[in-house]
Amino acid sequence: MSVARSLTQFRAFAHVGTTEAMAYRAEAFVWLLSGTMPLIMIAFFGAVTRDGPIGRYSTTSVVAYFLATFVVRNLTASRISWQVNLEIRDGTLGGRLLLPVHPLVAYAAESLGAMPVRVLGSATMALVMLAVLASGSLSHDPFIWLLWSVSVVLAWLLSLFVSVTIGALAFFVDSSAKLMDAWLAGLFVFSGYLIPVDLFPPRLRAVVDWLPFRYQLGLPAELMVGAHDELHALLLVGRQLGFVVAGAVITLLVWRRGLARFAAHGG
Amino acid sequence: MAAVRSLVHRTYETVKAVEDVSFDIAPGERVGLLGSNGAGKTTTLKMLSGLLHPTSGSVQVAGHDPKNRDRAFLERISLVLGQRQRLLWDLPPSETFELHRLVYGVSREDCTATLAELDRLLDLRDLPRRPTRELSLGERMKCELAAALIHRPKVLFLDEPTIGLDVAMQVAVRAFVQRYNEEHGATLILTSHYMDDVLALCPRVIVMDRGSVMYDGALDALARRMRPEKQVVLQLERPVEPRDLASLGTLVSHGDREVVLRVDPDKLKGVLADALARLPIRDLTVRDPPLEEIMADLFAGDGARALPTESAT
Repeated sequence: MSVARSLTQFRAFAHVGTTEAMAYRAEAFVWLLSGTMPLIMIAFFGAVTRDGPIGRYSTTSVVAYFLATFVVRNLTASRISWQVNLEIRDGTLGGRLLLPVHPLVAYAAESLGAMPVRVLGSATMALVMLAVLASGSLSHDPFIWLLWSVSVVLAWLLSLFVSVTIGALAFFVDSSAKLMDAWLAGLFVFSGYLIPVDLFPPRLRAVVDWLPFRYQLGLPAELMVGAHDELHALLLVGRQLGFVVAGAVITLLVWRRGLARFAAHGG
Repeated sequence: MAAVRSLVHRTYETVKAVEDVSFDIAPGERVGLLGSNGAGKTTTLKMLSGLLHPTSGSVQVAGHDPKNRDRAFLERISLVLGQRQRLLWDLPPSETFELHRLVYGVSREDCTATLAELDRLLDLRDLPRRPTRELSLGERMKCELAAALIHRPKVLFLDEPTIGLDVAMQVAVRAFVQRYNEEHGATLILTSHYMDDVLALCPRVIVMDRGSVMYDGALDALARRMRPEKQVVLQLERPVEPRDLASLGTLVSHGDREVVLRVDPDKLKGVLADALARLPIRDLTVRDPPLEEIMADLFAGDGARALPTESAT
């Protein structure tokens, strides 16, 4: 199949994602509200750092960090897990399987297509706040920003693979929705979403460095605020790439194994 | 208690949905899969379309193994599930049509021509532009069929395509499906609980029971095999007593003005002469038993099991 044809198909599904997200405007608004935890953390850490910095975080840099996590979360979050879980359980996945496009490509395109509708307002707002309130705390290194752009894409891919894999566990268990909730709990605690990873005790941090959560969210935020020098940033992005490759392999394995068990309920 | 027990100890049972199913269908054929609930019809259709993977045996559709989901295979088939919709629920059907056009690589000109043809055959009018969730079941089914046919599949699987539709809509869908088969030479495999669907569309039927093929052949041959007798319908000038009818055949129904008898075809001539001579007959009709009755017999108890095994292929 030609690249042009693949791109056309990807665009077609992305259009569906955008159009459906627009049809669910109210849901998009709730989605926006559900991602505002970093703004709450700004208030919390702002109060805590008023009397002096914690670690390397002053009040300004903590604002910058949590606005960065807000931006990254909005750009990379994937909620496809619930959809995959539902489609497997009620059999609507069958319709997707009849189309000559791999369902994972379709999920990715729809997820990407829905993103602008869901994040345009919130990410723009956060970027403006960053520029006004904490521009001094952002990295000024073009190479870091280049790595950041790569890292955001990798974080999105990793989140997508995690989300699809957990959703696809519905092939094997009655419902995987609660597994995703458990994963999100891990993500919020260990990714740097609620507490910057470099404030963790060293031993815990050593563990967190080898868990995927940080690479779904924390790393791009850390790059935005210049938390790493170029070499270390490159190393971390390389590790993030490793997680993405592993995620892709696991996703495909789970998907293939699961598909053979698909009961195609209904009808 | 059962819920608590299932928490700690679940029991699983392996059920063979279909077993030892074997048949060939020629290009352009229209074949009905018949069977009671749980017979394995839908499972068979889903295996043919690649949604389910058989645990053993092999399936070939248009030269492809469906479970591999080859692009060339998926571009040649379509599956319409009457109880399952593929239209994008919150968007107008036109969005699904456009998605299918792009996904299947159909040019805009071809798509416009196909939709014009489908509009003519299905009377779509403004349906494609209204949100799917606002369409009635019948309207949705029309759009489902249109969406399923935008890429002009050569093999069409239809699972209960007229379920829940009113009679007029059922007739329209049947007519449409038949025309599509005739005009495009598409192979058609249909399951339906409505015998009118099967009668109108399928010269050949495959009867399944408990996951196995019990009969594969012509529909009329199946009818003759299951119920070789004729039915004689007598319209009467005045009521007659059942004892006056006993010598003619088996009484199927007995009303004041209409009587239906089951008669051995070898004795038909004599029975008719006798009835005309003795009874106050206003009109008389000889017919085959209704297919619904034949199927009811077939699927009641072990009816299908009673079919001669040599008829299965």
